[in-house]
Amino acid sequence: MGTVTSPAPVEIERTESAEETFAVPEPDVPWVTIVHNDPVNLMSYVTYVFQSYFGYTKDKATKLMLDVHHKGRAVVSSGSREEMERDVQAMHGYGLWATLQQDRK
Amino acid sequence: MPGTFEPLPGGGAAVALDDVEISIIRSLAVQLLELIGPGPAEDAPDDPLAELFAEGPSEPPADPVLKRLFPDAYIDPEGTPQAKEAEEQRAYSAEFRRYTENDLRAGKRDNALAVIRSLDELSGASAGEGGAVLKLSVEESQRWLAALNDLRLAIGSRLDIADEDDTDLLYRLPDEDSRKPMVMAYLWLGGLQETLVATLMP
Repeated sequence: MGTVTSPAPVEIERTESAEETFAVPEPDVPWVTIVHNDPVNLMSYVTYVFQSYFGYTKDKATKLMLDVHHKGRAVVSSGSREEMERDVQAMHGYGLWATLQQDRK
Repeated sequence: MPGTFEPLPGGGAAVALDDVEISIIRSLAVQLLELIGPGPAEDAPDDPLAELFAEGPSEPPADPVLKRLFPDAYIDPEGTPQAKEAEEQRAYSAEFRRYTENDLRAGKRDNALAVIRSLDELSGASAGEGGAVLKLSVEESQRWLAALNDLRLAIGSRLDIADEDDTDLLYRLPDEDSRKPMVMAYLWLGGLQETLVATLMP
């Protein structure tokens, strides 16, 4: 990638190089929502949020909450970038500290 | 027990509050409301579309409390991005902020207002009695829950609570420490929130 060899019109050439510079890495790699630990949010409240917003079972919500508490973070959902932005916005609405990123393993 | 929500039969929650407690929660909620600030349509109340099309800010707030309430969506606090990646994350976070922060602020304002409204109804109905039992529907309980959380985040941020050790230190503050009243309020609100969330657990 990089060098454009075909004698394309100048306009198109520019578009292609612009796309390369700002290319989003592999669109099929899913995005994830991560909730980060903080010492203010109550464990019971975090579990409640995971249950009521994501509809997770009490067991799953509790496990995720404990991951946040002990490991400092947990992936709470995955999907498209738009879906994850929605989840992050909802988490901020509840006062949880959440970010999204592409799931590069 | 003071400062404890009890579930109501058929849903909802109730707590007994005296006049001092009512005025403390109310004043904290008003301070939070002032900190969050008015919505974008307040300058143009006659234009119903102003709120709809107003873009939010792209820069993170300067105030540490607001920064905690509206964090950067694309910046991992533990991340160590390369310069180019960091720049991209800042740009994405700014865009996210433009499209979400007004809605998020409106939601938090509505929750704080709901708290103030129910306290005003309560003190209106119980004037001169020294206190009253506040009864909340399930929907009101959810608003209260989120507002109590925002208040604790705000106080926690003002008290510089950054990790669990800080919380332990605050428990042991001497009485003459100027942070003591704020710490007492923080812990008391924690008890209220803990018992309120218990009434809402599915």
